[in-house]
Amino acid sequence: MEQMRGANLLIESLKREGVEYIFGLNGGAAMPIFDALYDAADIKLIPMRHEQGTVHAADGYARATGNVGVVLATSGPGATNLVTGIATAYMDSIPMVAITGQVFTHLMGNDAFQECDVIGVTRPVCKHSFLIKTSDEVADIVAEAFHIASTGRPGPVVVDFAKDAQISESIFRYPESVNIRGYKPSVDGHPRQIAKAVELIHDAKRPIIYAGGGVVLSEATDELREFTIKTGIPITVTLMGLGAFPETHPLSMEMPGMHGSCCANYAFTDSDLIVAVGARFDDRVTGDLNKFAPKAKKIHIDIDPSCIGKNVPIDVPIVGDAKRILAKMNELVHHVDIEPWRRQTDEWKEKYPFEYQQRGDKIMPQFVIEQIYDVFPDAVVVGDVGQHQMWAAQYFKFTQPRQWLNSGGLGTMGFSLPAAIGAQLGCPDKTIVNINGDGSYIMTIQELVPAVTLKLPIKIFIINNMYLGMVRQWQELFHQKRYSAVDYHDNPDFALLAQAFGATGLRVDRIEDVRPALEKSKHINEGPVVIDFIVDEDENVFPMVPAGAGLGDVIRGLA
Amino acid sequence: MVEERHIFSVLVENRFGVLARIAGLFSGRGYNIDSLNVAETDDPAVSHMTIVTHGDAQIIEQIYKHLNKLIDVIKVTDLTTENHVERELVLIKMNASPNRRGEILQIMEIFRARTVDVSPATLTIEVTGDEGKLKAVIDMLRPYGIQELVRTGKIAIMRGAAK
Repeated sequence: MEQMRGANLLIESLKREGVEYIFGLNGGAAMPIFDALYDAADIKLIPMRHEQGTVHAADGYARATGNVGVVLATSGPGATNLVTGIATAYMDSIPMVAITGQVFTHLMGNDAFQECDVIGVTRPVCKHSFLIKTSDEVADIVAEAFHIASTGRPGPVVVDFAKDAQISESIFRYPESVNIRGYKPSVDGHPRQIAKAVELIHDAKRPIIYAGGGVVLSEATDELREFTIKTGIPITVTLMGLGAFPETHPLSMEMPGMHGSCCANYAFTDSDLIVAVGARFDDRVTGDLNKFAPKAKKIHIDIDPSCIGKNVPIDVPIVGDAKRILAKMNELVHHVDIEPWRRQTDEWKEKYPFEYQQRGDKIMPQFVIEQIYDVFPDAVVVGDVGQHQMWAAQYFKFTQPRQWLNSGGLGTMGFSLPAAIGAQLGCPDKTIVNINGDGSYIMTIQELVPAVTLKLPIKIFIINNMYLGMVRQWQELFHQKRYSAVDYHDNPDFALLAQAFGATGLRVDRIEDVRPALEKSKHINEGPVVIDFIVDEDENVFPMVPAGAGLGDVIRGLA
Repeated sequence: MVEERHIFSVLVENRFGVLARIAGLFSGRGYNIDSLNVAETDDPAVSHMTIVTHGDAQIIEQIYKHLNKLIDVIKVTDLTTENHVERELVLIKMNASPNRRGEILQIMEIFRARTVDVSPATLTIEVTGDEGKLKAVIDMLRPYGIQELVRTGKIAIMRGAAK
């Protein structure tokens, strides 16, 4: 059998895993790997302009396709620049393999040039990590890394690859299967627990379904739809799960939580049974735990046992894969008779929709989102973090899984532009809309370069209110309007800047131009288009559950 | 909620970084390790850890689940809820001038402690036992002047037939 260098063993292993894209940024300790990629026809290397861009792009690719995202960077600063992106993927359980070059093993621990203890730095923010010290370990470690990243509760796995191991030669033998004795995720829910859950569901008078990103990750959308429609129980889907159940359906109560719908939040507070599926009772969803769903029994379906009972005591825990468990439950459940409760949730929904007031002739940010939804209802929307994120979640009606890609857990500003690049490469036939903020856009603006080079027709819409808007909102409401470090009136002209990058750049500052600009962007497909929407600076996101308040104390808006 | 002391017996892969992963699990959540003992088992590929920690029921449950979640962890047992034997070894270097040595040796005999080193002014003692016995012997010896005291941390094993 043929001997090959460790770097080539890596590429062969990645091929076995079906990898089509690697997002990377070259540097000293990773050069043999980049060299091996130079002639790898089956794997496309996508060079980005900052390591943070590479990791978010791999993440966006993974979120859009369900495949494992692969990112490659050099040692030291290359690796530390990945940390935010690895943490982002970890918080949202995104399957990813992050490969970092490492200095020669004989230099490790010597404060060598561009040396960093990457395993140490990433330990708390990844699912697992490996250090490759010899080339004969490469195949086994890559197989284990992909297995761990993509099974159970998915997550990022770091593979740190010493340069001498990249260069030294070994024979390629890829393992047929992976067997890790300490890692055997339970996937089938316990039948007795499922039976107990079904009994509670049938007896409930005011039940709700609370579904999260886990439903998308386990590809359980069909099963969730069947379960919801068959039982007739109203459903709220979290920020991470948006699209898992169509928001246009009468049973949808839309998103819960801090900026969620009043309907979903009141329903939590009054419900007598919560069926949680692939959701983790995050603080942004529950508000004050002491006031959270005080009358409700809780069923919690999750693949990660440590998620169950972490924040909220659970009456019926079911550990396993949402898809399998919902499929089993669908065989057992029947329609539940909850007419009065349905009338109540419908009344809340009718009475308290997401709404905003037009202010003079200003472009209201919510109006822009409504128009984006109208023009691109089937687009994959990649949102960033801030006010625009919440408005997008509120006013765009998601109907399909993987239609909304967002850094929900870590809340990483700058995530969306590189993630949109990964999403567009993963889904070449879909329209990718990037809804960004003026603050978040500039954090990774350099990734416009590869978007232009690759001629990706991403629609980048900046909801520009010249502020770090969500922080400004908190300062207005809770810090006596002391606007510390949030004034972004010194933003550059984003339209001109886009043009300088070689993209199409438009600026829209009048209401009547919003729709035509969006229509126009629909037909610009030879590269990215950036539209800078100059919106009302003072608008806040409502409804809002203030930090420390219960969901029942939601503020519907300022008088 | 009531805080309780728990002893976890943890079998782990004998690989670099395992200890850091376990230590990180505790430090990242602000949980405390009271004592920790690690060594190879009969199988050199597997190490055994005895971790003594404390917390309320919810924290103990989280520790148990997070230990299990680590890829390199093979098996976790909460020995507190099982019939088990626990032992700890202590080395104590005593101030022991020749005229006090006799008294110290008498105490040692009661607790079946052994002398492992002696010098003109000191006596180094080895004693093994459970928490109660060690506390008793240390309390008895303290008045004579303890120069230095080193404990292994607890090790524990379940009683009875193999799994």
